[in-house]
Amino acid sequence: MATKDFTTNDPMIDPETGEFRVLGQGQTFNSVTAKISDIVLTPHTPWGWYGFFVVAGSVTGILMTAVTWLFLKGVGIWAITQPVAWGFAIINFVWWIGIGHAGTLISAILLLFKQGWRNSINRFAEAMTIFAVVCAGMFPLIHVGRPWLGYWLFPLPFTMNVWPQFRSPLLWDVFAVSTYATISVVFWYLGMVPDFGTLRDRAKSPFAQYFYGMMSLGWRGSVKHWMRYETASLLLAGLATPLVLSVHTVISFDFAVAVLPGWHTTIFPPYFVAGAIYSGFAMVLTLAIPLRKFYHLEALVTERHIDNMGKVMLGTGGIVAYGYGMEVFMSWYSASHWEFFMMWNRMFGPMGWAYLVLIFCNIAFPLTTLWVRKWRTNITFMFILSLIVNTGMWFERFVIVVTSLYRDFLPSSWGTYRATKWDYATFFGTLGLFTFLFLLFVRFLPMIPMNEIKLMLPSAKIKPKEPAAAGSEGH
Amino acid sequence: MAIPVEGTYGMLAEFETPSDLVRAAQAAYKNGWRRMDCYTPYPVEEAAEAIGFHKNRVPLITLIGGLMGLVAMFSLETWISVLAYPVNIAGRPLYSWPAFVVPAYEWTILWAGLSACFGTLALCGLPTLYHPLFNVPNFRSGATDDKFFLCLEATDPKFEIVSAREFLEEQGPVSVVEVEY
Repeated sequence: MATKDFTTNDPMIDPETGEFRVLGQGQTFNSVTAKISDIVLTPHTPWGWYGFFVVAGSVTGILMTAVTWLFLKGVGIWAITQPVAWGFAIINFVWWIGIGHAGTLISAILLLFKQGWRNSINRFAEAMTIFAVVCAGMFPLIHVGRPWLGYWLFPLPFTMNVWPQFRSPLLWDVFAVSTYATISVVFWYLGMVPDFGTLRDRAKSPFAQYFYGMMSLGWRGSVKHWMRYETASLLLAGLATPLVLSVHTVISFDFAVAVLPGWHTTIFPPYFVAGAIYSGFAMVLTLAIPLRKFYHLEALVTERHIDNMGKVMLGTGGIVAYGYGMEVFMSWYSASHWEFFMMWNRMFGPMGWAYLVLIFCNIAFPLTTLWVRKWRTNITFMFILSLIVNTGMWFERFVIVVTSLYRDFLPSSWGTYRATKWDYATFFGTLGLFTFLFLLFVRFLPMIPMNEIKLMLPSAKIKPKEPAAAGSEGH
Repeated sequence: MAIPVEGTYGMLAEFETPSDLVRAAQAAYKNGWRRMDCYTPYPVEEAAEAIGFHKNRVPLITLIGGLMGLVAMFSLETWISVLAYPVNIAGRPLYSWPAFVVPAYEWTILWAGLSACFGTLALCGLPTLYHPLFNVPNFRSGATDDKFFLCLEATDPKFEIVSAREFLEEQGPVSVVEVEY
């Protein structure tokens, strides 16, 4: 897509294809190693990092306070009651786990599709997945009321001989989310093992040598190991892809299996998965844009990445818009009075403002502007857009949960929902926890996979002297 | 089988580019060397091909793990719902297998993924925190950064300190060193 607006002497544009370069020019194996490992191994932590760390740590403190109070008093400190028995906890759970899905998409699905550009962003997208799942997984646990009995969710042989009910989507959720968390951690850690080897070999302080040495498991870069490692990565990617689709599908079953208007719909699984990826890419942008600026990673996370993520958001946003449209259409086409009323109430009822926010943030704003390449590559614009989409996707879950519940079949049982300060404290607290974990990650772990970047450099190409050697490829 | 040279792990040659390494590995294989390994900072498939490493058993281990997870979860669900704790919910059948598919599916992926990870580590013999190669200073500084290595191991029947060194020096390396235990 070479357009006349761009001059070919722009160093970030490949003159042959007219596309943005995936990596900046002039990178060598050694410069990649130095750039990425020095962020971790430097003894000088940037002051800005401490600043953010203190702020995020304080917000995490709010979360700890809110959760402690919750354990002391019970879920009554939240706004949940009849008819809205599911409030912020489930909204935040779905929102956070949705954010996590983009990390898996980047690390797994784009790997299977051989999208080389993902290599710069996959590590911290995976980290984002894990921290988002940490935040998400907390909500069902604290929401059960007696979190010390949380292990009852698992099929364990108790003395009272009670077993879980396998016909319930809520139990499916337990298996989906716990599998997702485990596989994400395994994939992430296995991916970091060679980079830990690099850090071990470059570390100057004995403590860092010892720590990264243990973490690297003694990785020495044998090609036999590399080949098994590559196979395992591909297999894990192939396993994570159906997994990530199943996780949000199962979460949508929590709603879709109920008979409530606004929940009881077959469009939920694909629409939830697309929405998850949409919000997740927005979160990747929210994290990647400040990080590349702060750590001067513009040559590794380039405009091409921002542009491509914008395109993915445009695609998934389109699916989300179709989902919204289909919900409205079905409420009319179903000829069900309750469905119709639910949609009317959702749009024009007392909480109609939430629906308007959702339409503006998820459709009206992003899906009109993301078509323009100039805006997709405008870093400031994309950062603001990512925040707007994240807000919009939170409101989507709010609209699905609350506006379906608060005015159900019987007018005498209608109510409303107004979140308490403890609801807000818990939600904002998880934002703090997420940032806190992410800051630890960028300080102590390699945030860009060095070996995968090296594979993309022009010097990694094998140039055979004898033509006989040209035929070797694949494994 | 020749007796391995006492106290020597092998002969290690360092190369500047991956192409040099692949050529050297191909030459070594053609020359009859079998017990050898290449060390690279990122996966170089051509080097693995060159030393005759074509297949690995990770996919098989993953498949077996996945099938075990599937069987384990489906049987557990069936046993619990039909025998151990039968609950009549609105007259639905006890053996309601479609509902059991979801957790069984998740456990297939869980077990397959864990088998892929731990199977890979086991096949690679990791964790191995000590390895003789780490005694070589240029290996420590280059193998995980930007240098490429070929090691002819002392367990190869062809191995002799002098001839191995001579062979490697013909391949245009940056350096050739003996690796000691």
